[in-house]
Amino acid sequence: MAISTSTPPDGAPGTAAPDGSGSGAERRSTLLHRLDVRGAPYAFVAPFFVVFAAFSFYPLVYTSWISLHRVELSTLNVMEWVGFDNYTALWDDDRFWNALLNTFTIGVLSTVPQLMMALGLAHLLNYQLRGSTFFRVAALTPYATSVGAAALVFTMLFERDFGMINWMLSLVGIDNIDFENNKWAAQTAISTIVIWRWTGYNALLYLAAMQAIPRDRYEAAAIDGASRWQQFLKVTVPGIRSTIVFTIVLSTIGATQLFGEPLIFGQGPNGITGGADNQYQTLGLLLYEEGWKNYQMGRAATVAWAMFLLLIVLFVVQRLVKRVLARRA
Amino acid sequence: MGKVRKKLRTRAVAAVSVVSALGLVVGCGGSDSGGTGGGKKDGKTTITMGLFGVMGFKETGLLDKYMKEHPDVVIKADVAGDEQTYYTALQTHLAAGSGLKDIQGIEIGRAKELSDTQQDKFVDLAGAPGTDHFLPWKQSQVTTSDKKVIGLGTDIGPMAVCYRKDLFEQAGLPTDREKVAKLWEGDWSKYVAAGKKFKAESKDDKVAFMDSSSGLFNAMIYGNSQQFYDKQGKLIYETNPVVKDAWKLASEAATSDLTAKLRQFQPGWDPGLANSTFASTVCPAWMLAHISEKAGPKNKGKWDVAKAPQGANWGGSFLGVMEKSPVKKEAQELVAWLTAPEQQAYLFKEIGNFPSSQTALEMPEVVDAKSDYFAGAPIGQIFGAAAKEIPDEQVLGRKDGTIKDIFSQGLTLIEAQNKSPNEAWKTTDKRIEKAAG
Repeated sequence: MAISTSTPPDGAPGTAAPDGSGSGAERRSTLLHRLDVRGAPYAFVAPFFVVFAAFSFYPLVYTSWISLHRVELSTLNVMEWVGFDNYTALWDDDRFWNALLNTFTIGVLSTVPQLMMALGLAHLLNYQLRGSTFFRVAALTPYATSVGAAALVFTMLFERDFGMINWMLSLVGIDNIDFENNKWAAQTAISTIVIWRWTGYNALLYLAAMQAIPRDRYEAAAIDGASRWQQFLKVTVPGIRSTIVFTIVLSTIGATQLFGEPLIFGQGPNGITGGADNQYQTLGLLLYEEGWKNYQMGRAATVAWAMFLLLIVLFVVQRLVKRVLARRA
Repeated sequence: MGKVRKKLRTRAVAAVSVVSALGLVVGCGGSDSGGTGGGKKDGKTTITMGLFGVMGFKETGLLDKYMKEHPDVVIKADVAGDEQTYYTALQTHLAAGSGLKDIQGIEIGRAKELSDTQQDKFVDLAGAPGTDHFLPWKQSQVTTSDKKVIGLGTDIGPMAVCYRKDLFEQAGLPTDREKVAKLWEGDWSKYVAAGKKFKAESKDDKVAFMDSSSGLFNAMIYGNSQQFYDKQGKLIYETNPVVKDAWKLASEAATSDLTAKLRQFQPGWDPGLANSTFASTVCPAWMLAHISEKAGPKNKGKWDVAKAPQGANWGGSFLGVMEKSPVKKEAQELVAWLTAPEQQAYLFKEIGNFPSSQTALEMPEVVDAKSDYFAGAPIGQIFGAAAKEIPDEQVLGRKDGTIKDIFSQGLTLIEAQNKSPNEAWKTTDKRIEKAAG
């Protein structure tokens, strides 16, 4: 609309007064018009920037300000300047390194199988089959479930004494596993929740990309005698490479921020600390523990900034890898 | 003319988008800063309450009764299952100054922190009419240094030991509540000794003697007037012999495999009650409601209550009124009514929450109370006697609730993660320093 009105005003017969005394009015209308033309685009994009400033930029700055103070949740108005003490304390804190490692291991445990399964699932969905819409919708349903509901159900399944998974294991003679208190069992259980929720979502992303691959490539490959598997490796995967990179970035960000699943998996005080031995405490949980159990907002803000910096590092690494790969190709 | 219309439309759209963007921002800052959810409208007064656990007001129909007696009052109560979750939300709401209810429940472990740091946000209930019937030590727990009272007591937590008669019998232990109490009279270490005997004689190796070592730990420390803090508010848990002894005995129980390795009030504990995976648990009066609900009708009469080795107070709550509430007066009246002797006696009869009101303690409904579920145990007598053993002064500390949780986790390290008691103590020590330092 702004473009369609951007021709210079030609007297604007509809608005100017006919008796010639309206030169002031005419000028004002020209000014308004110019403002309209120049200003409207900014006004249209304003909502995003206003929301961004209020909900992203301001909290970011305020968080960094808080992280330089010692301040408790219940008395947010009492702040004591400590400089970078919170950061050095975090660097020396075993819990931080433990949480970082857990975030990484749970991230790998959940992301790798998830994307592999999504790729396979998308490949199957890409075949011509009856009721394909049904299967596509079905693949997306776990994603539509809330984290809370999914985590609660899985927590019950993984329960030590009366959980269904231990019951099934007992049928084949395996003793009850204390999923919560065993580090790797707990991390696997949490990863299962993540995998269950996100596999279908990623599969649909892959499927969308796969459908954009021209059919004739497959036909040409088939004529050349490529098997289904070879077609998948040589045609499908290269054809959706950028989507794969996109999902890896997305999953990595998701894994870095992992919070709801382990919190609910542990339940109560153990959820907040990520197990009695912090065996599945992620960075998100450490932030929550500092802020909402110890009520030390300064230290919580420091963890938040550490997470932010970590994501930047990950982003840079990803760019570098991409550049190196591009050069080689 | 078309061009003008188009221009106007552009301008209108731009204006709307700017206004709505600003509205988004303003909406977040401004709207929620005053109210607490309650208020008066069309002649009806709405009072909102934030509660946790089984405080009983909603569950036993007391709130409905109040609404029937006061047709112009509507009470909306939110009950959170887990106190930790509840308190975290309460702290956040207090800090933000929004999302609060007119009446908020306060657990004893948080009483000191709230009366130290948040007293301005609570209405002073000192000298409110008809509220002079509480046990003096109960009232002192929510009294600030300048004599302001930020809450009225609901229940207290005198303790006993709840045990399963049938499971004791199959392990060759006595089942009669007098004889059972004799087993461990005067000393908690005799309770652990009885557990060792239970384990040796039990015909069913799937049944543990007690649910968790943290229950035992809590019972022992709460029998003393000083626990984690001294009167000056200094942390003394490292040197307090009571804490040391309790840790030692609780970790002995844990390393001797006497516990079902459960965490109280967490998943696994409830099915443990329902499926009889443990034979005893240290039970404050308010826990009876939970046990009877979760163990279910099929275990009715199998449970019984015996006197604990030592008297102690575990838990008990308060109801506070928020200063910001637009219905302060009505909320105060409701709190006074809910904590009045008659209601406390009624709650004890219904679900076993033991009165914190001196008047209620002497009422025949309380003194003569028996529990059908717990094999007709004279709970009025048992808990009444235990209440008399509670130290007259109990020193509370700011982070009592958090420290209690950290100790429970420390014991879990021994119980379920095979850490040595020494190692677990070191971890616990470090965590308390982080949480309370």
